[in-house]
Amino acid sequence: MSSDKFPEKNLPEEENGPQHSDARRTFLKQSSLLTALALAPSAAIKAAELKFEEKVAAVFEQVKVTLGINGKKHKLSIEPRATLLDLLREQMHLTGTKKGCDYGQCGACTVHVDGQRVLSCLTLAAMVDGKEVTTIEGLANGDKLHPMQEAFIKHDGFQCGYCTPGQIMSAVACVREGHADSDDEIREFMSGNICRCGAYPNIVNAIKEVKNGGQRV
Amino acid sequence: MDRVDGRLKVTGAAKYSAEYELPNMAHAVLVGSTIAKGSIKSLDTKRAENAPGVLAVLHYQNAPKVPGYAQAAHPTEPKPVGQPLQLFIDNQIHFNDHPIAVVVADTLERAMYAAKLVKAQYNEEKHATDFNRNTAKAFLPTAAKRNPKHPLGDYVRGKEDAYKIEPLKIESEYVIPTEFHNPMELQSIIAHWEAADKLTVYDKTQAVMGTQNAFAKDWKIPVENVKVIATFVGGAFGNGLHTWPHETAAIMAAKKVNRPVKLMLTREQMFTMVGYRPHAWQKVGMSATKDGKITAITHEAIGQTSSYEEFTESTLQQTRMMYTSPNVTTRYRILPLDVSTPIWMRGPGEATGAFALESALDEMAFVLGMDPLEFRLINHTDKDPEKNLPWSTKYLKEAMQMGAERIGWSKRQLKPGMVKNGEWLVGYGMGVGTFGANRGRAKVKATLHKDGTLVMQSATTDIGPGTGTAMVQIAAQNLGLPPEKIVFELGSSLYPPSPSQGGSATVATVGSAVHAACQALKQRLTSMVAGNADTSFKGATVENLTFKDGYVSMTASPSARLSFADILKQQNLPELEVTEESTPDASLRQKYSMYSYSVHFAEVQVHPLTGQIKVTNMVSCADAGTIINAKTAGNQMVGGAVGGIGMALTEGAVMDHRFGRYVTKDLAEYHVPVHADAPNISSLFVNKPDLINNPNGTKGIGEIAIIGVAPAIANAIFNATGKRIRELPITPDKLI
Repeated sequence: MSSDKFPEKNLPEEENGPQHSDARRTFLKQSSLLTALALAPSAAIKAAELKFEEKVAAVFEQVKVTLGINGKKHKLSIEPRATLLDLLREQMHLTGTKKGCDYGQCGACTVHVDGQRVLSCLTLAAMVDGKEVTTIEGLANGDKLHPMQEAFIKHDGFQCGYCTPGQIMSAVACVREGHADSDDEIREFMSGNICRCGAYPNIVNAIKEVKNGGQRV
Repeated sequence: MDRVDGRLKVTGAAKYSAEYELPNMAHAVLVGSTIAKGSIKSLDTKRAENAPGVLAVLHYQNAPKVPGYAQAAHPTEPKPVGQPLQLFIDNQIHFNDHPIAVVVADTLERAMYAAKLVKAQYNEEKHATDFNRNTAKAFLPTAAKRNPKHPLGDYVRGKEDAYKIEPLKIESEYVIPTEFHNPMELQSIIAHWEAADKLTVYDKTQAVMGTQNAFAKDWKIPVENVKVIATFVGGAFGNGLHTWPHETAAIMAAKKVNRPVKLMLTREQMFTMVGYRPHAWQKVGMSATKDGKITAITHEAIGQTSSYEEFTESTLQQTRMMYTSPNVTTRYRILPLDVSTPIWMRGPGEATGAFALESALDEMAFVLGMDPLEFRLINHTDKDPEKNLPWSTKYLKEAMQMGAERIGWSKRQLKPGMVKNGEWLVGYGMGVGTFGANRGRAKVKATLHKDGTLVMQSATTDIGPGTGTAMVQIAAQNLGLPPEKIVFELGSSLYPPSPSQGGSATVATVGSAVHAACQALKQRLTSMVAGNADTSFKGATVENLTFKDGYVSMTASPSARLSFADILKQQNLPELEVTEESTPDASLRQKYSMYSYSVHFAEVQVHPLTGQIKVTNMVSCADAGTIINAKTAGNQMVGGAVGGIGMALTEGAVMDHRFGRYVTKDLAEYHVPVHADAPNISSLFVNKPDLINNPNGTKGIGEIAIIGVAPAIANAIFNATGKRIRELPITPDKLI
């Protein structure tokens, strides 16, 4: 989206660089002021006071998406630069999905998009338009925990619990992918999910139990 | 027993500090300096201020004054030995990424974007960040200068540096790089001024009371007007034991914009803003007789600190008390550099010191041609040679025996490189750890409800070990109530005071208060049943009653029994509330020396061509008194071993000294252990009570879980390859 690389005029307004956006705002502000001074209608002054131009501009800067989250359809207006992680945590208040690094290096933000595990911090929310997102909050069937959640409790596959939602979402996918056939394979395919408390052996045991139990995951 | 909060953690319902919903919340992002030393010449905040949604940009020229800052410089008070960084007080820069501004906006995206628009010009000064080039500047900590008997002071038992004149000796230098805690939860805070003199923070802290006191002092408001909530803490490992500038930034911002403000550090800022385990140089000299008796140890250490605060830790403590050497000398110095201040990181100091001491022991045993386990047993001591006191309890020998059997120590060959698995060289190593069995003062409120449930409250925290679970179990055992009827609430300054969760002291400290509260409840219940019109409990005392499954019965005639709920109903009481404080008996601490012990055994495989190292098996054993919960305690031991694998093999800061800036500033560059780095790890406990320490017989686990792990792995690598690596982390390039 850098305006250095693309001539501004070739881009739709929403995708313009921030500097352009600043300029537009300045123009809007100045023109409102000029209009207000010239005509002084109280409505225009009021509009400037309430920063209406800011609010109008904000709406133009948003993109509309429709996505399923934990089985429920949502029509949302989002900033194009918002990540799926920040959308979930800050707008949808689904804070089970964790921010551990924001660089795709720790796995704490792992969710399922159309059944595949993805790092929600490296996924722009706009990219999941029309897709189904499952977060840790949507894994259990009502009060009945998912077998992986049960196994994590039984094997104490966590300590502080912060990486846990990501570990569990990854673990479910790991079993579904068929990457849980041995301890070493589990370790390899779970290595994108860091647990600083070091509960790794317990997590491996939890995944093994679910895999060997043959429950539907 | 499973963790009491397990369900909340596996469903995403556990709320960490940045996860509270407050109306009208704004978002703040901290901006750091791009030089390591100097001053701000000019700060351009105009573009940030004009960016959409920005509510404020605060910096040294416009930030609200923190009234308590001035207090520290009050002429009648003694000058503190350095002090925590004071935010936005002037234009001075003390380290690279020193906070220079905080940007507040209505959404996170807008705050992040605007933060990038803040630009500073600097008057740059020459910085000193390279430890090796500055060791001449190291000095004795001020506390030890003021009081030579201070534990940080120089220590001599017997003759000073006696190893030097002995024929059989070793002398080696050891280095550990700066390491970062990197808990998975980024440090975060929501600050909310509920009134001009009333502050609530949802904060990542290990010390709710400490944080409450710090902010009350900073903002000069009554302590009770500061509310600190830390119900769930996503790991900390020590970096939640200090209050940091980002917390003050959020509080300032909330004051300025008059809205609740959320501030979450970036992972990059976790390397500069919230402490670290300091880079340390150590030297150990050791001598022994031919038959394996240590005659002298000299252990010297220099630890890094910042230019503005004297950070110290007990790096040399284990050397003073672990082995029965008649001559011991220790010298500890600190080296101020233009970096941020360190903070205790799991097994603080001791983990650093044990790497040198326990490696040196292995070197000495090798010179003697002796098995390092046998060498340690020969030098085992049944009393504290430093304080000349008996131990409260010490079952280290038992732990060594358990571990040696489990790892298969008998497979170890004295000569390195003798055991092979195909192309791979196999080695075995061990390391011992110790940490003070600390206990503090804590208060617990316990309320027995008429439905027979018990709710306890104390302002302790749980950064992961399972505090609530352990407290519920202690209450269940002491009161005779099923654990599912007990709730333990923590992480709020509204609860009765408890110290920070640090120094492996929580279960000994808070568990003792839980014990006291249960005793008080039993006493009250006993008086009630003894005074009953029904005479079946006539003459009841706590001693002749049995409390079990929520019922009271006469031990001699158990057929007459009453449930706790019925006792309250008979008395027409909706609830029975007690608040009890528990304080350690100071006189016992004069009579006994109290420590927890660990011994770690590692089996490694090293590829002779590539230098690749695999830890293939680990056994960590502990003498940590009574084990309250085998599952969570075992998990903590395993977690410490994983942390130790990181310390030994993967973790280390790399700084570009041209700029004084870390190159390792995220989890792709700074390597904490991942799943593939962690083998099967067994944890074993001696599980014998230390009733001198506290009524539950517990000793701490968290620190000893990591102390001694790194040398166990380094010693195993030596046993596999014959290569002694004295600088961590032991990466493959050091072996080829």
